[in-house]
Amino acid sequence: MAKAAQKTGIVEAERHPALAGRNASAAHVTLTALEPAERISLRAPEASLAALSKALGLTLPKKPKTSTSKGGRTALWLGPDEWLVIDDAGGDLLADCAKVKQLHSAVGVSHRNVAIGVTGPGAETTLNAGCPQDLSLAAFPVGGCSRTIFGKVEIVLYRTAEDAFRVECWRSFSDYVFTFLSEAARDAAA
Amino acid sequence: MLLIRCPYCEEERPELEFRNAGEAHIARPTDIAAISDDDFEKFFFIRQNPKGIIYERWRHLHGCARFFNAVRDTVSDKFVMTYKAGEPKPSKLPGVSK
Repeated sequence: MAKAAQKTGIVEAERHPALAGRNASAAHVTLTALEPAERISLRAPEASLAALSKALGLTLPKKPKTSTSKGGRTALWLGPDEWLVIDDAGGDLLADCAKVKQLHSAVGVSHRNVAIGVTGPGAETTLNAGCPQDLSLAAFPVGGCSRTIFGKVEIVLYRTAEDAFRVECWRSFSDYVFTFLSEAARDAAA
Repeated sequence: MLLIRCPYCEEERPELEFRNAGEAHIARPTDIAAISDDDFEKFFFIRQNPKGIIYERWRHLHGCARFFNAVRDTVSDKFVMTYKAGEPKPSKLPGVSK
């Protein structure tokens, strides 16, 4: 991107991450605004999955509420033909998908989403303040993921460890989600 | 809160993730321009609104975002069963005597 800007002489706009520098902690929970990542919203029929998995370098999960992770890339099952693929390692997901000839739709949503990390023994209680799902380990195991709601906002929830969740929400809702989580974290500590 | 079983997510999810989408199994006329106004009214506006078992479309909006069909009792508000969109109307309902 920077190279292209030099060539064309276009000055790149300065980007301000929505939750830059924000974090909060209570007795049992820590909230962190996670680093920006590459993301795509991927939709594809069954017949394209093998080719897409090969191009992305990880197997796309087919079972509801599951995810696969490999080399800094994570594919989250959202629906029967829908995935959210996140790359923390700086890879170019769109370029990888562009190589695939089979029918699919890959839309870059890197700047649409903002991720918040919720960690600590009170993470479940904190999230349950706004999320109606059963987040116990039996119902929502490590690696489990789901699109759901948090308060009045749609989020994608991904359990990275027994006491750690990644909350993906839309950028314009991130302030609401972070503030709600901070208050819930305070309540979870009480 | 009601727990509704999504046939695509294969588990029960809280009601807040779902939206009702009206009566199920209403076939759109193949040639909609050819039907009379009365027939169009019947297709477009007239719904059964029964007291008891109703077949409805629901959407798992804040989940897998898929439409599916559900059988619900309008008196007790209990969900009898849910099944994938496109599947035929179930002839036998579990736990319903009639």
